[in-house]
Amino acid sequence: MKDNIIDTDDWLFEITPKNKLLSLNLKEVWQYRDLLMLFVKRDVVTVYKQTILGPLWYLIQPLFTSVIFTLIFNNVANISTGSVPPFLFNLAGITIWNYFKECLTATSNTFTSNAGIFGKVYFPRIIMPFSIVISNLLKFGIQLFIFIAFFIYYYVNGASISLNKFTFLFPFMVLIMGMLGLGLGMIISSMVTKYRDLKILIGFGMQLLMYISAVMYPVSFFVEKLPKYAWIVEYNPLSFVIETVRFMLLNTGKFNISMFIYAISITVIILISGIVIFNRAEKNFIDTV
Amino acid sequence: MKNTILKIENLSKQYRLGNVGTGTISHDLNRWWHKVRGKEDPFLKIGEVNDRATKGTSDYVWALKDINFEVKQGEVLGIIGKNGAGKSTLLKILSKVTGPTTGSIKSRGRIASLLEVGTGFHPELTGRENIYLNGAILGMTKAEINAKLDEIVEFSGCERYIDTPVKRYSSGMTVRLAFSVAAFLEPDILVIDEVLAVGDAEFQKKAIGKMQDISKGEGRTVLFVSHNMDAVLRLCNTAILLKNGEIVKHGLTTEIVEFYLNSEFGTSSIKEWNDAQNGNSVAKIKYVKAHDKDFIRKENFLITEEIGITMCYIAVEGKKKIHSAFNFYNSSGVNIFDTHENNTDLYFEKKDKGIYETTVWIPKNILSEGIIIVGVALVTHDPFEIHFHQREAIVFNMIDNISNSPTRGEYVGDLPGIIRPLLKWQSVKIKL
Repeated sequence: MKDNIIDTDDWLFEITPKNKLLSLNLKEVWQYRDLLMLFVKRDVVTVYKQTILGPLWYLIQPLFTSVIFTLIFNNVANISTGSVPPFLFNLAGITIWNYFKECLTATSNTFTSNAGIFGKVYFPRIIMPFSIVISNLLKFGIQLFIFIAFFIYYYVNGASISLNKFTFLFPFMVLIMGMLGLGLGMIISSMVTKYRDLKILIGFGMQLLMYISAVMYPVSFFVEKLPKYAWIVEYNPLSFVIETVRFMLLNTGKFNISMFIYAISITVIILISGIVIFNRAEKNFIDTV
Repeated sequence: MKNTILKIENLSKQYRLGNVGTGTISHDLNRWWHKVRGKEDPFLKIGEVNDRATKGTSDYVWALKDINFEVKQGEVLGIIGKNGAGKSTLLKILSKVTGPTTGSIKSRGRIASLLEVGTGFHPELTGRENIYLNGAILGMTKAEINAKLDEIVEFSGCERYIDTPVKRYSSGMTVRLAFSVAAFLEPDILVIDEVLAVGDAEFQKKAIGKMQDISKGEGRTVLFVSHNMDAVLRLCNTAILLKNGEIVKHGLTTEIVEFYLNSEFGTSSIKEWNDAQNGNSVAKIKYVKAHDKDFIRKENFLITEEIGITMCYIAVEGKKKIHSAFNFYNSSGVNIFDTHENNTDLYFEKKDKGIYETTVWIPKNILSEGIIIVGVALVTHDPFEIHFHQREAIVFNMIDNISNSPTRGEYVGDLPGIIRPLLKWQSVKIKL
């Protein structure tokens, strides 16, 4: 009698060949939240251990890139940044671009670089890309500080820069950037387990992508010089985000509400497909990686 | 009646052999095309039985095929089989590291696996930080780890180094720390692979002792994979035997281990010879068997009983002093002892033609637990001549009944050594 009651289908969980299409088990992810935070901590703490400059490296990278960009694109190639100081213009673009880039490249290696740990123990795999996005957010925060410092410096020295009423939406743009990097990264990470070609592609693909994402020039400049190919930059959600971030922080350019909705829709589509594809891959990737 | 905590139904796992790379995309597209048309996956049909020794024609093999079994709450199940039988694949699916190709596993409890200790240790982090990280990877929350931190550190014996990066640890210390974290996991079902048994002797003892505590003391359900038959016999009540990805037998551990050894060594506690390879022109062996004091043949003996080995042979030539001899080996191949016939009534007799039977009695409390492999020989001593010798003729099991073992007393842990004699102990109180 007791046996009958017990042998009903009150199973705690079931392991079956395929995950459901969108089985992001948020409850399970929540159970593992401590692990998420520990991964974040591990990423942040261990990167620059046993280096002399330590976290200063977070700052050196965008600073030097901005200096070089300013020299090449603004001083040599004469790209106009309007009334905004070119250095600050580039720094804003690079800071937000770096966040996207780091999220994407690190996420796309989720399976290949964690094969050892994934092959031995189970935890919701999605914790890994989440932790990457969060730890990079911290890094982005530090880099934002240097931007703020230079912003104040230029402001005090009378450069025509200012915030505007859209500035409060800035965190939202960062979120879009992170989600784009996460979504694309998850799609790539799932395919890279089988086709390593993608790993090579990512290396120079990111560089090419940067050039069509309006990091070191205003979109209007591109439209003016290359009207035939302007759509590449105009419909690239990344260039929209970067352009809008500069609008919010430096009050240069304009805010386009229809493009805003467009960018959000693209982000949502990419993020959902990323989660779906990631879920499909996580079960058996260990056999093909 | 205990409840079923784990139920495995029609579980199969297919692997692709060779390189993943060339041909992958074409197979993927083919599979996708079949799926679009609503047809069955074409590559699921062509899998072969997974026998690593024979060369197959298909690129796909079944590492597991139609596995069905249930595990009851509190059961300690041993999973045995040769290399490549599918044991580790089964554990990997159970611990959700990889998914099955078909079938399902239903569970009523949290499963944690010790496929390898120290997973996720980061060399740059300190011991303490790694305890948290490793614990979280294994599924503990921060609060749970906090509550057990002191115990974990104490069990590991690494207090002094706990705030030093793990990269400065000796390899032994790393293993100790890692095992300590794992030992304080409290899942409903614990999955243990034999890799746990690497490490020094002290660590092995600690690990096996802890596993015994977990299974016996705390009533936890344990799935245990091992090649060490002694450990399986000691720890598990029931066992399953896997061969080429299929369950050959499921039942009481003693029966399964016995069946496995018989099929593996091709021997049991009796062997008969009918072919021409049974001796020479002087003597030919007929059979040899292991039996208890009532001459009843058995496969399993208690350490506390007397064991007889009887050999039957034919004296072909006649007028020769033919003597029997036995070699005893344990499962690691260690020669425990050899014995030659002596002091029998017929010892000094030049035996006439005919059939003879000789029995040797091994006293109780001599052999240690585990598998005993017996070699047999027929010799004459003057001049020395071997008429017949076979190293692995019969095999039987020694079992130490832990609840009633005079050599153990109240001790239930690992008791190593190639023999287990019952010795005379003396202790007196000499001063108040």
